[in-house]
Amino acid sequence: MKLHEYQAKLLFAREGIPIPKSGLANSPIEARQMAAEIGYPVVLKAQVLSGGRGKAGGIRLVRSEAEIETTANLILNSQIRGIPVQRLLVEKAVDFSREFYLGIVNDRSLAKPILILSSTGGIEIEEVALTSPDNIEKAAINPLLGLQNYTVRALASRLGIDSSLWKALQQIASALWKLFDRLDATLVEINPLVVTPEGTLMALDGKMTIDDNALYRQKDFLELSDQIVETPTEQEARKFGLNYIQLNGNIGCMVNGAGLAMATMDCIQQAGSEPANFLDIGGGATADKVAAALSIIMKDPKVSSVLINIFGGITRCDEVAKGLASVINEIPRDLPIVVRLAGTNVEEGKKILEQYPQLLQANTLMSAAEIAVRESRQVLA
Amino acid sequence: MTILLNENARILVQGITGREGLYHSERMYAYAKNIVAGTSPGHGGEWVLGDKVPVFDTVQDARESTQADTSVIFVPAYAAADAIMEAIEAEIRLIVCISEGIPTKDMLKVRALLEHTESRLIGPNSPGILSPGKAKAGIIPGSIAIPGRVGVVSRSGTLTYEVVQALKDAGVGVSTCVGIGGDPIVGTSFVECLDLFESDPHTDQIVLIGEIGGNEEELAAEFILNQVTKPVYAYVAGRTAPENRRMGHAGAIIEGKTGSARSKIEALLRAGVQLFSYPEEIAEIIRMPTC
Repeated sequence: MKLHEYQAKLLFAREGIPIPKSGLANSPIEARQMAAEIGYPVVLKAQVLSGGRGKAGGIRLVRSEAEIETTANLILNSQIRGIPVQRLLVEKAVDFSREFYLGIVNDRSLAKPILILSSTGGIEIEEVALTSPDNIEKAAINPLLGLQNYTVRALASRLGIDSSLWKALQQIASALWKLFDRLDATLVEINPLVVTPEGTLMALDGKMTIDDNALYRQKDFLELSDQIVETPTEQEARKFGLNYIQLNGNIGCMVNGAGLAMATMDCIQQAGSEPANFLDIGGGATADKVAAALSIIMKDPKVSSVLINIFGGITRCDEVAKGLASVINEIPRDLPIVVRLAGTNVEEGKKILEQYPQLLQANTLMSAAEIAVRESRQVLA
Repeated sequence: MTILLNENARILVQGITGREGLYHSERMYAYAKNIVAGTSPGHGGEWVLGDKVPVFDTVQDARESTQADTSVIFVPAYAAADAIMEAIEAEIRLIVCISEGIPTKDMLKVRALLEHTESRLIGPNSPGILSPGKAKAGIIPGSIAIPGRVGVVSRSGTLTYEVVQALKDAGVGVSTCVGIGGDPIVGTSFVECLDLFESDPHTDQIVLIGEIGGNEEELAAEFILNQVTKPVYAYVAGRTAPENRRMGHAGAIIEGKTGSARSKIEALLRAGVQLFSYPEEIAEIIRMPTC
């Protein structure tokens, strides 16, 4: 789960990482009141969970009270990569002489968190890695020991960062590690970390991602419900324990297993169309769950045919067939449904489905995808 | 012969009295009779599987009494890292973790602990290992594969079944099928499995089933290019997956420039791997075994 900039900064401040004076605003009036408290110039920053906020016009400098409501209104009425802006961070504009990047992220291959420091912050770290790799230094952190100060000094020294800043860097890096470790983060990032004219360090932007698998023990974050970028249908699916992600195509699909669900989507594309969704019913799905899954797929008005691909392992094909049979009367007659069953109890499952000639059966995954695409074209034509 | 798991394995099931643990233990026992023990805290002294398999409170007790050398873990996610560490501490040789949803931080600690031991971990979020005709450690249905000389390694579950069944339908058998798990941090990588298959005299060809997210497939490609002499076939799921949405598996997410299917497919092609574009196509491109 990704946190907003303001949430990350709140956590930074609690750990003693210096941040500019700031406050949240939900309206132009609130922005004006907040700015009066903070003092001009201020920066208005759209709080959306998307990169490229600056380029999209979501971050703007305001020099005086005369411009603030107009500018706040402009950002609050905009969308950034399709996400409407609902909140602004009003922040004291800060002068700086240099920008660094400081972050901790899990390295999958090493199976260790790594500390990343760059002497050229302010732009995406991937870009720095490509254009000027000499400006980035990394070090693995032993998760049993935690981040040690010498690691931070080593990186700073290799990058030629002035030694007068090392102590402050150590403090900030160690605070970041504490957040990373204690809050089950998979990423914490300050970009840019700036050097002010007074020679101090300050975090001007912050990112944090919390491990979804650890949310059960990080309950504070569960309350931040606006975080979850889900459509209403996706939320409903989650209630049934279904993993559903809405996509842009016309072929609805229902599959058991995430890898096989992706493979089924790819088959649909290979057969000449696009999937309307990703839907993994998980292992051992019952008839009820299958019925719920089908009704969720049918809520998407784009869907012009449905492909159900079940490879029974823990999941039993006859149970899936029973689930489909239980909702057969709710399925519109003009919505073609292609079912492909394989694996555990496949014969029993097929026998149940034979009683419902409106369900089209296929023996292989690829042929099922081809039939679903053909049927969809006839519906759309 | 096989890799990792053969008929001599003495299997212990951690979480054997739970719903999932008991159900799959029955299936494993029906496939090969080599389950020697189970653990379940507070259930020590009980017997399961028709009173043929003793239950212990701790892995240490189970190992001392039964010489178990392989463990299959079916405990809930919040307790799974603890279960893996208990098995490591008891010097279990091969630990197969089926549990899904373990926090990454816990897995980082497990991996750090593993570095200094002889234990090997498969998973978590793995369907397990099947050495057809010999032994089964996990939930891969025994009926989908026949014994043979093709090694299969995968990051997923049912997608693997699909490919292995297609091989069986074409009369092609499998030496060992390994599901390394769908999480970002797992105990054993594609590269390590490829290395084992390359050295196994009873594996002639290798099938690798990858998916979006991370760079396991890219690392595998590099290894294949430099170290693998046997023919390798690969499939990569997730060509149609959008960016920044986690596709079910915790590890299956395209983030920025890393993890896309295209990057993986290109790397594998450069390594001379034959790609198949849908699961069943493996049966059309694999070299038929000569009898």
